[in-house]
Amino acid sequence: MKQQNNTNFSRRNFLKTTALASGGLLIGFNFLTACKPEATMPVDITNLNFNDFNAFIKISDEGYITIFSPNPEIGQGVKTAMPMIIAEELDADWNKVTVVQGDLDTKNFTRQVAGGSQSIRQGWDALRQTGATARQMLLNAAALKWNVDVATLSTAKGIITNANGDEFNYGDVVKEASRLEVPEKVKLKDKKDFTIIGKDAINVDIDKIITGRPLFGLDYKADNMMIASVLRPPAFGQKLVDFNDTKAKAVNGVVAVIKFGDKVAVLANSTWAAMKGKKALSANWKSEKTESTKNHDAILNNILEGKKFNTRREDGNVNNAFANADKVIERTYHSPFLPHNCLEPMNFYANVAADKVHLVGPIQTPQWTVNRVAKLLNRKVETIHCEMTRMGGGFGRRLYGDFALEAAEISNIAKQPIKVVFSREDDMTAGTYRPAIKYRIKASLKEGKVTGYHLKEAAINGNMYGAIPNFFPAGCIPNYKVDTESYASDITTGAWRAPYTNFLAFAEQSFFDELANELGVDPIQLRLDLLQNVKNTTDKKIEYSGQRMEDTIQLVKEKANWGKTKEGVYQGFAAYYSHNTHVAEIADITLKEGYPVIEKVTVAVDCGILVNPTGAKNQVEGGVLDGIGHAMYADFSFKNGKPAHKNFDTYRLIRMQETPKVAVYFVENDEKPTGLGEPGLPPAGGAVANAINAALGQRLYRQPFVKELKKRSFLG
Amino acid sequence: MPNYTLNINGENRTVTADADTPLLWILRDELNLVGTKFGCGIAQCGACTVHLDGTAVRSCQLQVSLLNDVKITTIEGLSEDGKHPVQEAWKAIDVPQCGYCQAGQIMTASAFLEENSNPTEEEIREAMHGNICRCASYNRIEKAVKVAASKM
Repeated sequence: MKQQNNTNFSRRNFLKTTALASGGLLIGFNFLTACKPEATMPVDITNLNFNDFNAFIKISDEGYITIFSPNPEIGQGVKTAMPMIIAEELDADWNKVTVVQGDLDTKNFTRQVAGGSQSIRQGWDALRQTGATARQMLLNAAALKWNVDVATLSTAKGIITNANGDEFNYGDVVKEASRLEVPEKVKLKDKKDFTIIGKDAINVDIDKIITGRPLFGLDYKADNMMIASVLRPPAFGQKLVDFNDTKAKAVNGVVAVIKFGDKVAVLANSTWAAMKGKKALSANWKSEKTESTKNHDAILNNILEGKKFNTRREDGNVNNAFANADKVIERTYHSPFLPHNCLEPMNFYANVAADKVHLVGPIQTPQWTVNRVAKLLNRKVETIHCEMTRMGGGFGRRLYGDFALEAAEISNIAKQPIKVVFSREDDMTAGTYRPAIKYRIKASLKEGKVTGYHLKEAAINGNMYGAIPNFFPAGCIPNYKVDTESYASDITTGAWRAPYTNFLAFAEQSFFDELANELGVDPIQLRLDLLQNVKNTTDKKIEYSGQRMEDTIQLVKEKANWGKTKEGVYQGFAAYYSHNTHVAEIADITLKEGYPVIEKVTVAVDCGILVNPTGAKNQVEGGVLDGIGHAMYADFSFKNGKPAHKNFDTYRLIRMQETPKVAVYFVENDEKPTGLGEPGLPPAGGAVANAINAALGQRLYRQPFVKELKKRSFLG
Repeated sequence: MPNYTLNINGENRTVTADADTPLLWILRDELNLVGTKFGCGIAQCGACTVHLDGTAVRSCQLQVSLLNDVKITTIEGLSEDGKHPVQEAWKAIDVPQCGYCQAGQIMTASAFLEENSNPTEEEIREAMHGNICRCASYNRIEKAVKVAASKM
């Protein structure tokens, strides 16, 4: 995992350098084949076909550098951080670097996906090698021009200097560089020589954001574009019988009404007219089978009581541990469905013409989406061009591309460019929700130790995946078992920020807090003692590190003054490893007129080398508050297939007055960087729940917490 | 459809629209001022916030027919060059994550600071309560409002 400074980088991984007609130098590089990702994407999407491709650096004759950032930007900061890594090794002047969002280009990029917090981790080596290779070519060109040994040259901020103190701007040598062979061996910088990585770089789109320039999918416009507002079945499991569009067609600005599948699209020349037109439609629906949260509750409870499970990991024998225990503790944790609620509602532009298809919009999975559109319309992938806009949030929702497929289908029928625009109500009711889940955890205690741990998961449409059964406490407890089972529902579910762990971490970390109370030991000490058991593990399946988790916990313990706060402050601790990053959090709670107020959350993070500190902190601060907001307030359910909430008047999101201050600290080390879009979120709910218990003596087993606290009269 | 003349960012603009069309969609669809964002359509999220004679209002709830004799300011017209103290504070603090809600946040904050240029933390938190940031960049928004207040 340590960084390497000398790498042989196969020439096959680089595009031939190209002299541009407009002057300057274009270098392309293989984005991933060079760095062999150790992990597959933790979001289970089949049909993602990663070919081996490249990103680009363009250096103009004037020395201006453009870096095409290949990955979609959803607010996670990769459009700033990924180019920083290239610019570092290129030794560019960051102030002269322009970052441009690359289009979907399956020939030249790879893994153009925003998901699983993997962009920085999987891009690190390739991005560095690319910058270093470009720098070496510029150096080689300068050496030829000056007729000196390349070893006598140095670079800084886009300037090459020779032993006499003469200087070339990178732009002065790009023409020569473009004629040179790509070097096979390049030297990467030592961490101590970094001048860009590790320094705050402001969001590259900041000026556009604060002045309201067009940037997002909803801002995109094209000639002759119409807006499509789509009426979808109001309940999951319903089919369209018939509809009446007389009133819709009478709305000013409505141009056409199109039925496709069980949906009806109203096309209009303005968004307002399209939305009004949709409201004026009347339709009849039939329900063959619809589901309600009440049934789900019973179904999931039955699963937990039953015997049919898939065993995801098993160490020792949990039943023996339970039989021989001094005490056995069993708890069940319940979570609701969650909608994503990106603030920019789903939208997508499509222009399906006779010979080509043009798609534009906010999408986390451009390549997968293009493949599906090609299949839907029976077109060749090469005839489809997809541009990615900045996204007004993603959180997993924009992995699913259903809105892009709708746009393509409507444009294909209407034979004209259209943009599908969801209203908030459409967005919240036609979701791909975080599924409702129940966990039952059982542990055995013997002679002051945790000897057995058995976790059962019952989830709608399945939840747990991949390496998660090998996360903490796997490897720490001799008798350990993880069992899962799911119920197949026609309510669409999918990845929601920190999929699989966003609720699991709360359940598990609350449970350990309760075990510590039961054992009469400090909750942090219990975790530290358990982690000793995994430090020297030879089990390759275990990917979290006992040592790194311990260091992270020690840092948060110190920064939060654990156990040493002033009177009236109650603390709760949680730690969780996910998406390759170790995180520990301590929540401070006070009581105001008997009600809990979350004052502060202290966070320690080990994400390896910090690429962009301001962006990294922003991700963690947001992740913690997002985690708290959803644990405290988010409640979503279904009745006869119909979502219970449609808009923010009844569905509660966290607002400023409810937010604590988040203080973020990073563990310093030389490990390769890992992602931050998600890992800050999972521990937040557990830290808050444990602090609430410290303050009120109330254990929480159900989200959202406010509903539970109200039931127990601890909130007005 | 009738014509309406609106004073937006210091200019008179004439649009043809149905009387019930919300200002939000006039700005975005008719006048190409897309900085004002659509988030919920029911005045719950604040993404569509603009100034009406200096007061922060939700443009998704303002019918175009009721907007004569008022001065409308959008994010595009808040300053000539993006140098309003609130915009500068947003940049200095590196507030945005996805950035979608920030125009609305900035419009709420700038109107609030015109009224109260020396607010307490509680007053800031109360003033900003109507604006949702789904990325939850609330700590930074709060800090940026404080920084902007010190510059106004």
